[in-house]
Amino acid sequence: MDREKQVLFAGFGGQGVLSMGQFLTHIAMNAGKEVTWVPSYGAEMRGGTANCLVTISEEEISSPLTENPMTAIIMNRPSLDKYESRIKANGTLVINSSMVDRLPEREDLNVLQMPVNQIAAEIGNSKGANMIILGAYLEKTGLIEVEEALDYFGVVFKGKNEKVIEENKAAFMAGVEYARRQW
Amino acid sequence: MDRVLMKGNEALAEGAILAGCRGFFGYPITPSSEIAEYMARKMPKIGGVFVQAESELAAINMVYGGAATGARVMTASSGPGLSLKQEGISFIAEAELPCLIVNISRGGPGLGGIQPAQSDYFQATRGGGHGDYHTIVLAPSGSQEMMDFAIEAFELADKYRIPVMIMAEGTLGNLMEPIVMREPVLNKVDKPWAISGCQGRKPNIINTLHLGSEELENRNLHLANKYKLIQAQEKRAESYLVEDAELVVVAFGIMARIVKKAVVEARKRGIKAGLVRPITLWPFPDEDLRQAAEHARLFLSVEISMGQMIQDIQLALAGRVPVEFYGRIGFTPNPEEILQEIIRLAAREGL
Repeated sequence: MDREKQVLFAGFGGQGVLSMGQFLTHIAMNAGKEVTWVPSYGAEMRGGTANCLVTISEEEISSPLTENPMTAIIMNRPSLDKYESRIKANGTLVINSSMVDRLPEREDLNVLQMPVNQIAAEIGNSKGANMIILGAYLEKTGLIEVEEALDYFGVVFKGKNEKVIEENKAAFMAGVEYARRQW
Repeated sequence: MDRVLMKGNEALAEGAILAGCRGFFGYPITPSSEIAEYMARKMPKIGGVFVQAESELAAINMVYGGAATGARVMTASSGPGLSLKQEGISFIAEAELPCLIVNISRGGPGLGGIQPAQSDYFQATRGGGHGDYHTIVLAPSGSQEMMDFAIEAFELADKYRIPVMIMAEGTLGNLMEPIVMREPVLNKVDKPWAISGCQGRKPNIINTLHLGSEELENRNLHLANKYKLIQAQEKRAESYLVEDAELVVVAFGIMARIVKKAVVEARKRGIKAGLVRPITLWPFPDEDLRQAAEHARLFLSVEISMGQMIQDIQLALAGRVPVEFYGRIGFTPNPEEILQEIIRLAAREGL
């Protein structure tokens, strides 16, 4: 099952968890990959937490669902508690340390931490947390090349005004720079 | 080919519009509401009609009326809403009116939950309302098929003068994946039976009351013959690695894709597993199952229900091969757990 890469995004409503996953799905499609995006829409959607699962593959994707994603992008503590045990062996865990007050217990995982909310505050874009962590993740893993991702901002945010696109790009780049410095 | 990213619900709605659907009548319910939302945005711009009815009963009867005029019309709902529409669907089936009815299915019974499920299988494939009737039931398994089957559904509906149902799990409604946009359907089907204004011709009457014994029997024989024709011509399935399969898994909709991954993994472990995916749930593709049964020692029905399609599999195989069941509800079985079930059964049977 390794030719398919599954990335789980989890956090609470308002952190841009679903749109972060959609953005990755979009740029991966534009980069010529096969992609699927599945949001959680169980009862939890009405209580606060949100998650989505993105699958990226070179080949046709059979199952858009998995019990054990390769990577989890964790935006808050309840999401870490819920998903830590489910990540594939030797998988990657990207953690928003501003909202998660413990370290993962598993020792096989590749753990990447960043204080996303703090960085968002520093660049004056509190809503940009999702793009910051995504930028850092892509810079570190090369899942989609950063340069390629930047090319697609205009396409993905089609219809939005230029300012919104630029703010998102700036947030994305803040994450990229953090990853270059710290990871 | 340019690909666009669409949610299944939106792809289905756009497919219906491409097929020439210009009337949507519905009442919102999770997880189908995005279809209504899409139609509410689009219909006014293309000269179509969108009505959020006061109830599901009203909505299905608007479909009844709209279809009677010969227009391509549809409704969409989920489990509890579909139950409310059953009376209307029975009338539409008897009146032989073409239309599309969509069930973006969720778990029941009662109000149940909003998690994806396949437990409306009996309701969809056995008619669902009163009387001897069927609807054609299509089960897509991805965004592209949500669009393609919506177009196909209207073609089949007109061809046989029958309500066609698309049943897709809530997962498919929400799943987003790239699709290739289809061309609009331009050919108009001649509908001499429609109530479309009778100046210069005899009035058409659409009526489902048949009080005379002979008349009632003749109507039912007529419908039965039509259903036989559909059974002869429209059964569809997709088979995967069944030629030498000793363990054949049967699953439809999103479940078929999940099972496919488990089957591939099982093959890597030396288990001769295969998959049959019914695409038409009615008419049920029994011949494909019998073909897959040639080397099979065991069948396994995987459903997001407590076991419904398994009965059609058993009928198709007529006792030739035993059929096991694996199902959950509230959760969608994932590839890993289906693989474990395949491994367990293969070990038990010495496959």
